[in-house]
Amino acid sequence: MGAGSLLLPSLPAFSRTVAPEALLEPGLDVSVKKRLADAALNAAKSKGATYADVRIGRYLNQFVITREDKVENLINTESFGVGVRVIADGCWGFAAIVDARSETDMAKAAEKAVSIAKANATLMKTPVQLAPQKGFGEVSWKAPIKTNAFEVPIKEKADLLLTANSAALKNGANFVNSQLFLVNEQKYFASTDGTYADQDIHRIWPTFTVTAIDPKTGKFETRQALSAPMGMSYDYLQANPTDKITGITTRYNMGYDILEDITAAAKQAKQKLSAKSVEAGKYDLVLDPSHTWLTIHESVGHPLELDRVLGYEANFAGTSFATLDKWESKNFQYGSKLVNFFADKTQPNSLGAVGWDDEGVETQRWDLVKDGILVNYQAIRDQVHIIGETHSQGCCYADSWSSVQFQRMANVSLAAGKTPLSVAEMIKDVEKGVYIIGDGSFSIDQQRYNFQFGGQLFYEIKNGQIVGMLKDVAYQSNTREFWNSCVAVCDQRDFRLGGAFFDGKGQPMQSNAVSHGSTTARFKGVNVINTARKI
Amino acid sequence: MTTLLTEAEAKRIIDKVLSFSKADELSVNMSGGRRGNIRYARNAVSTSGESTNLSLAVTAAFGKKTGTATINEFDDASLEKTVRRAEEVARLAPENPEYMPMLGPQQYLKTNPYAQSTADITPDFRAQATFDSIDPCRKKNLTAAGYMEDATRFNAIGNTKGLSAYNRDTSVEFSVTVRTADGMGSGYATRDVTDVSKLNTKDATEIAMQKAQASSSARALEPGKYTVILEPAALVANVDASLMAAMFRSMDARSADEGRSFLSKKGGGTRLGEKLFDERVTIYSDPTNPEVPGGAFSGDGRPQEKVTWIEKGVVKNMPYSRYWAEKKGVHATPPGGNFIMEGGTQSLADMIKSTEKGILVTRFWYIRPVDPQTLLYTGLTRDGTFYIENGQIKFPVKNFRFNESPVIMLNNLEALGKPVRMGGNLVPPMKIRDFTFTSLSDAV
Repeated sequence: MGAGSLLLPSLPAFSRTVAPEALLEPGLDVSVKKRLADAALNAAKSKGATYADVRIGRYLNQFVITREDKVENLINTESFGVGVRVIADGCWGFAAIVDARSETDMAKAAEKAVSIAKANATLMKTPVQLAPQKGFGEVSWKAPIKTNAFEVPIKEKADLLLTANSAALKNGANFVNSQLFLVNEQKYFASTDGTYADQDIHRIWPTFTVTAIDPKTGKFETRQALSAPMGMSYDYLQANPTDKITGITTRYNMGYDILEDITAAAKQAKQKLSAKSVEAGKYDLVLDPSHTWLTIHESVGHPLELDRVLGYEANFAGTSFATLDKWESKNFQYGSKLVNFFADKTQPNSLGAVGWDDEGVETQRWDLVKDGILVNYQAIRDQVHIIGETHSQGCCYADSWSSVQFQRMANVSLAAGKTPLSVAEMIKDVEKGVYIIGDGSFSIDQQRYNFQFGGQLFYEIKNGQIVGMLKDVAYQSNTREFWNSCVAVCDQRDFRLGGAFFDGKGQPMQSNAVSHGSTTARFKGVNVINTARKI
Repeated sequence: MTTLLTEAEAKRIIDKVLSFSKADELSVNMSGGRRGNIRYARNAVSTSGESTNLSLAVTAAFGKKTGTATINEFDDASLEKTVRRAEEVARLAPENPEYMPMLGPQQYLKTNPYAQSTADITPDFRAQATFDSIDPCRKKNLTAAGYMEDATRFNAIGNTKGLSAYNRDTSVEFSVTVRTADGMGSGYATRDVTDVSKLNTKDATEIAMQKAQASSSARALEPGKYTVILEPAALVANVDASLMAAMFRSMDARSADEGRSFLSKKGGGTRLGEKLFDERVTIYSDPTNPEVPGGAFSGDGRPQEKVTWIEKGVVKNMPYSRYWAEKKGVHATPPGGNFIMEGGTQSLADMIKSTEKGILVTRFWYIRPVDPQTLLYTGLTRDGTFYIENGQIKFPVKNFRFNESPVIMLNNLEALGKPVRMGGNLVPPMKIRDFTFTSLSDAV
């Protein structure tokens, strides 16, 4: 992830703890928001800004945290405020204020942003080049949720986790920790381009870790949830049979059955204790989408962020091997011909889905790698001229009204294979392989060449058959070598999303939520290491 | 109103809040202050900002049920409303069987983690510190990217059982990455201080510049087991996970008792009292150390004292939650606020001089756990990795990925240098034999 992190749960700045019922109170009426926004835009213009945008944000979080038979913590927070960003004297300026509710507050924030821009302009060499953007007028976007999780009584949510914990303990787990993360972003964006976008975004992530211990050997093993964080709400926890992918273990698509998964997890954690330790060497890898999302995130999503390519993240997360000359050559083979990556901020139920980004650009889908060739990056309004584009791709985001928006990863996915191929047919062709399900340990260098990934479940494949469970598995490869070793991609029937709920980037660090879709894919001759040690 | 309250100002508000309590127990946690930052890349400032905050959290308890409410307004009516809200949330909350009654009055050590020079930082000061870092790079056709963040804070707690505590502290973190124009060399330096008058961004940047220039055109060495000299920034990081901090934070007694920690004993119990490391390894916490001063109390009000965690390689103490300590009938030692590892007197140059063959590592990056049982971690070298032969740095080498456990590392100890402040801790540079590099990286 940016700095590499699947961040620990972090709360937006200036969040205050509130009673759960406060999360159900309506935010400001859209007409009030428009009036406040106009006050800021007008003040900015009158002070000399050539461009201004305003974000009025109300951010709600609810986290339910349990272990075994106890609710350890219930966290309800609300954060409300305004961020104003301007261009004056060719330079960006930004100011934010908590709890802004009057036109005077708005004007003050705008004036401060203009004065910061003018002060910083003296240090600047090249003025900001902002790609033009048409105004959309008064528009709105709402996540297509069926059941708002914030409206479900807290007790019901806590009881669901405690019931799941109990199922884990009954099925052989020694310990279990489970969490439910809920987020609602109520964002209002307005700019001097003439867009007033009112948006309502929901995210949910039910997750757990079960631990099984063998007291005789003193060894322990864990298995984490195979759920995905989603741009959905409580409907994600109401799984239909069609949301389930059966096989060696059940995986989930647009609905998640936590009781079923935690029961399997407890049994599998115990099974891992006596599983065969992998013999290091070259294997064909068959990677489930519940695993591949993280490899895509690290080795494709991040290196194709234009700000990283240009060096803006050099002191923290790093730069990128995917330099502009490789893109300009039009023949840089990022992956095999089967490999197609696309960015898409419109994908239904994804974490990144939204109608307009945080600088008023309508979201869209675009290609990053086509038939294996690098064709594009992810860029925002003040960057797109560098890659010869006149229109932003719409992937600008700020994690709070108090943070300045910048380029963030769109949902980046591996497109499904064009010829019909099921997982069973794929496995049939593998002589010596490992089938990996779920994401585990992850690490990648600061230019995104060398990586190492673990997983949750590992199965040995011999002569086209799954023959048993493995443990102590991690694979090491190099981004380009790895994606060029992709020899098969299952078809659209197997397409599923995984994702990062807390992806970190920038200094001070901001969190982003992003999905990555794929179907099961096969990689030839990848280096697998054995991670067992004695201390 | 100022956001950096004095002890008397904070106590006046806290006492007022406590006077509104109708709960069995009520505690107040008040904090505030100012944060400033400046970020630069491609030899120019990219963002800068400053924010202030002052907030108060009230936790009410009825039996084993608790509720918390927060506020950032401080008139009597708002404070009382917040107490009522916390009480209301507590009444509705599920019972927490692990709830511990609040602490009464405590005796705290005198610590001094505050420096007026840091509290006095202005936006101009940040801009100058950044100019001092960028300017020498521009002149040598090198590219700097860096970040400086300063904080001036206070934290005060009080409860209806008579506990009262106040702390104020300052900190500054600075880091810079310098890259050569052709992108073939990269160097890094980082500093953290309590007192900003001890920070010289120009000197730190010059080290990063030297490393950038010296690391250009690195050669590839075969991965394998090497003797390494790990600089302090390779052992503790300001911005990411690190081997020493990961080990220090994995010493919790409950996890060990439960059988899911590197300190769990086969057959049950913990490895307290066992010798797990080389006998030169001694690690302790001390909030009164003048080089790394810390707060005098932990988040729940327990006193922070000098605690020896590892002495001459033997596990001497483990941190406990108050609940787990009561259950086990032991003293509830809180996790340390900082850690100090004893070292030797050798400088980094001395350590290089005494090395026949080895690798000098400036820093590690993207360190993530692989196996919690053995504390096996993976990560990569970054921003200056060099081959040493016959006591001299011979040439830069390509970056390596490692898979190694700090427990194994601290058994393969060859030498310790003079400890340096890193991320609020003191850690010596270390010479380690048989450090496991598992693959090569092309990253610069």
